[in-house]
Amino acid sequence: MTRLAVPKTYKLYIGGKFPRSESGRVYEVVSKRGDFIANAAKASRKDARDAVVAARAAISGWAGSTAYNRGQVLYRIAELLEGRRAQFIDEIVQSEGLNAAAASAQVNEAIDRWVWYAGWADKYVQVAGNANPVAGPYFNISVPEPTGVVAIVAPQGAGSLVGFVSAIAPALVAGNTVVVIANETMPLSAISLSEVLATSDVPGGVVNVLTGSPAEIAPWLAGHADVNALDLVGAGALDWVDLQIIAADTLKRVFPPENGPDAATPSLDRITGFTETKTVWHTKALI
Amino acid sequence: MTISTQLATRERTLSLLGGEATDANLRRYLHGIPGIDAVGLEQRAAALGTRSIKTTSKARAIDTIIGLIDLTTLEGADTPGKVRSLVAKALTPDPGDPECPRVAAVCVYGDMVPYAVAALGAAHSAGTDEGVNVAAVATAFPSGRASLAVKLADTADAVAAGADEIDMVIDRGAFLSGRYGQVFDEIVAVKSACVRPDGSVAHLKVILETGELNTYDNVRRASWLAILAGGDFIKTSTGKVSPAATLPVTLSMLEVVRDWHRLTGEKIGVKPAGGIRTSKDAIKYLVTVAETVGEEWLVPSLFRFGASSLLNDVLLQRQKLTTGRYSGPDYVTID
Amino acid sequence: MSFLEYAPAPESQAILNLRSDYGLFIDGEFTAGRGAPFQTISPATEKQIAMISNANEADVDAAVAAARRAYDGSWSRLSGSDRGKYLFRIARLVQERARELAVAESLDNGKPIKESRDVDVPLVAAWFFYYAGWADKLDHAGLGPGPASLGVAAQVIPWNFPLLMLAWKIAPALAAGNTVVLKPAETTPLTALLFAEIVQQADLPPGVVNIITGAGDTGQALVNHPDVNKVAFTGSTSVGRAIARSVAGTDKKVTLELGGKAANIVFDDAPIDQAIEGIVNGIFFNQGHVCCAGSRLLVQESIHDDVVDRLKERLSTLRLGDPLDKNTDIGAINSAEQLARIRELSDIGENEGAERWTAECAIPEDGFWFAPTIFTNVSTSHRIARDEIFGPVLSVLTFRTPAEAIAKANNTPYGLSAGIWSDKGSRILAVADKLRAGVIWANTFNRFDPASPFGGYKESGYGREGGRQGLAAYLKPGNRPGQRSVAAPAAKPQASVTRAQSKSKPVARKKAAK
Repeated sequence: MTRLAVPKTYKLYIGGKFPRSESGRVYEVVSKRGDFIANAAKASRKDARDAVVAARAAISGWAGSTAYNRGQVLYRIAELLEGRRAQFIDEIVQSEGLNAAAASAQVNEAIDRWVWYAGWADKYVQVAGNANPVAGPYFNISVPEPTGVVAIVAPQGAGSLVGFVSAIAPALVAGNTVVVIANETMPLSAISLSEVLATSDVPGGVVNVLTGSPAEIAPWLAGHADVNALDLVGAGALDWVDLQIIAADTLKRVFPPENGPDAATPSLDRITGFTETKTVWHTKALI
Repeated sequence: MTISTQLATRERTLSLLGGEATDANLRRYLHGIPGIDAVGLEQRAAALGTRSIKTTSKARAIDTIIGLIDLTTLEGADTPGKVRSLVAKALTPDPGDPECPRVAAVCVYGDMVPYAVAALGAAHSAGTDEGVNVAAVATAFPSGRASLAVKLADTADAVAAGADEIDMVIDRGAFLSGRYGQVFDEIVAVKSACVRPDGSVAHLKVILETGELNTYDNVRRASWLAILAGGDFIKTSTGKVSPAATLPVTLSMLEVVRDWHRLTGEKIGVKPAGGIRTSKDAIKYLVTVAETVGEEWLVPSLFRFGASSLLNDVLLQRQKLTTGRYSGPDYVTID
Repeated sequence: MSFLEYAPAPESQAILNLRSDYGLFIDGEFTAGRGAPFQTISPATEKQIAMISNANEADVDAAVAAARRAYDGSWSRLSGSDRGKYLFRIARLVQERARELAVAESLDNGKPIKESRDVDVPLVAAWFFYYAGWADKLDHAGLGPGPASLGVAAQVIPWNFPLLMLAWKIAPALAAGNTVVLKPAETTPLTALLFAEIVQQADLPPGVVNIITGAGDTGQALVNHPDVNKVAFTGSTSVGRAIARSVAGTDKKVTLELGGKAANIVFDDAPIDQAIEGIVNGIFFNQGHVCCAGSRLLVQESIHDDVVDRLKERLSTLRLGDPLDKNTDIGAINSAEQLARIRELSDIGENEGAERWTAECAIPEDGFWFAPTIFTNVSTSHRIARDEIFGPVLSVLTFRTPAEAIAKANNTPYGLSAGIWSDKGSRILAVADKLRAGVIWANTFNRFDPASPFGGYKESGYGREGGRQGLAAYLKPGNRPGQRSVAAPAAKPQASVTRAQSKSKPVARKKAAK
């Protein structure tokens, strides 16, 4: 006799908690073949607003933590992901229609990318920053600092886990906090990853995950004055030029859409893209 | 200044310190004064140095400089003849121009005071506002390395010989090792030794020897210390140590004088000495005084240049302004 | 006569050999513009200096075309070391003609000659000298090996540091291998046109540097030109916003250096005399026409009265007047429009209840002038504490704790610069960490150097000018297949990453244009 399974309720992830959408809306997540898998929460603009508040509140703690600490926290995500491989492979097989080997390769890649980015936390400042030999008696140094709250439209194509990870990890390395709109049709691995984050050492509010319609939510994030940067990596199918125009109102830093399977390929540019170079001068004198 | 005002000065100082002038009390007071950022101070001094002084202002500046000079000879080889020559130069800086003003004072070693007084004759101010003063360096100048008794005798000797002003040195060793009380007490004692039998007091210039104090924070603290102890003037240097007077150091001392005036209403003099050789340099000092404490400080009772070779350069500039042609060293006298 | 009333010491204008009319500098030659010419005046006398050509869209087109030809035909093919040599030549020519440039700048802009002579022009030469050396070392610019230039750079600069902003723009652009079309501000075109002569003397290939003059519409046409690859703008946040909108959906790389409302934080242990100088330099340097000006003084409450007293005393020694007089500290306001804005905001400050104090000084009859002004009793909600005044007006606010100072300093949509004054090193470093601003000056203010990156956070813009970062703003990574695939590069097929192009979104692009 087969055991009757207990299905999971997929919810949003905001401020370290798993609320339903305040709108009460859900939408059906279906498999590649069109079979019903689950109801995902359909986030509203108010959920987006709450997520920005949570992300802003988390900045000082996350950006203020030591780089060594941030690196360890990010590495721990990889550890936990490794321990829950089966669940992620399962969900990818279900929603992306891949075979187990391909799904497994995707999970491997996602884990490896966390490891790669985790290692950058205490190095990118050294690579992107520098001392400046100014013509005068001054100590002068330039260092990259996190831009702040980054809103992200995660890649919407195949590779739902690796795309999601590749979009959020680089922003987190520098100490930004993120509000990310998950893959609309394949949101399961994003939500499950939220559960990993919630049980890891990532403080609540550092990552906020919204499921639902990017076309509906993205304009609210692009126009939100308390969002500092906008990553449109997965917004290629949206009216992304309009999003960029909205973002110009508060002079947000914007990453354009990337298409193709290698979207959001790991790179140092992805880390430094959402940093601000701060230059500090201080007088130097013996007497 | 009289003995009674001296007592009042002491009372005020003790009330500012909140107790006796002990090392601890002085340290608390002096270290509570805001610090100096050397880069900013030097930039400000450099900016003041770029002021451009032209035509009528320059003529006025040059005569002002001459009237503020302590014409100085402080050599082991000094003789009565050398001092007489110096005095002659002080009284008639430019034999070719009777309009040329006299310098403020001649500055000599203590044993040369009688010759200076004699050479000045009727031109000696001797306590009046007219004429040329005699200043004597004292207190085991320039090192100050002698017992207090010797320093006081040195001072009293010069005053008795007719010195109008005493240029004392502070004990830099004591200052640098934190014995502020000792520095304070010595200044007070020397000031007492400046009292003449008639109750009048020779003016006391306190030489900080800023080149040995080394840091601007030290200069600022030593300036406060000298003023608290009753010095009438604070003076940068003996001229025997390099660096001697610099514009930033003088600026920092002028800032102390300005702050003291804000605090008490009393005006203290400043004397940069050593290393000021050209009229161009001297004009920078005038600008610095004018923009830091105000032009009312540009009088002999509140500002002096301690210098020997400066006078001739100023005279060359003066001749240039008068004649419109550049002059040469054969047209000014050596003293 | 007071000794301080120095006899006037005007810098001679004889060194200037100006023409009565200036054309546009396109393709190595001066040519007449097709728009209606306009005059540039001295803001200190309101007298005309010269007539200036006005570039219309066709002229912009011609300039961009010249820059494109020069890029394709010569400049992008030149070796880095040869590009560097041209830039070194320019640096030397600027040094040789330094006094002339300084006089022209003060005449046209109204800034004191001591600033144009001692700050602006020496920095211009330094900027070219610094970036000249980068031209053959681009592999070390931080973008990996073999970075590529972008193409044609459209550069629009403001009137506050006309020649210096030109250097900030042109030097890194050329070093990186781009060609440029630069538009100086309408009220201060003179030194850019003298610079065009320097470009000719340096024998730069025609079209590498093009300088077109005109007003806002000329700048707009330039920035929006479809054949430019890079837009670099320094100016107001509102124009910067418009540019960010107009380039949306294009591949144009953008650097924006916009407004600011910098906090200058003075702690109770500050080196007080230097802090006073720093406050004065922070807000009264260049009449306060400085985007990074320390216009909000945040002073610890315990020393507020003392600082304000000292400040007033110090301001009384500032000398306002003829920009060409070597003793002038405060020159003329650049234009009647700017003067009106400063007056308006100052009046608003007074009406909102802040206490206004103005240094006593004689104001010349002709020209545009505004005496150094301090507002005390300012609260964070006052407009003079929030809006960029861009004039010699200081708003004084207080704080009680370091945390409050940081919170107030960051409480602005801007984030360009900030100052910290304290004797306590650990506090300075901690405060510097927490300030959201691109340039932090500790125990100093308004220092600039070509080796030091400059630029803002938040609505003060993005991108950096100066240093390695300023060079990178004019470069893109070279073609390095597989270089960015990190996790398992060998195992993966080479799929190409394509950034979505505007061509694929014609409709959206159209929207962007309106």
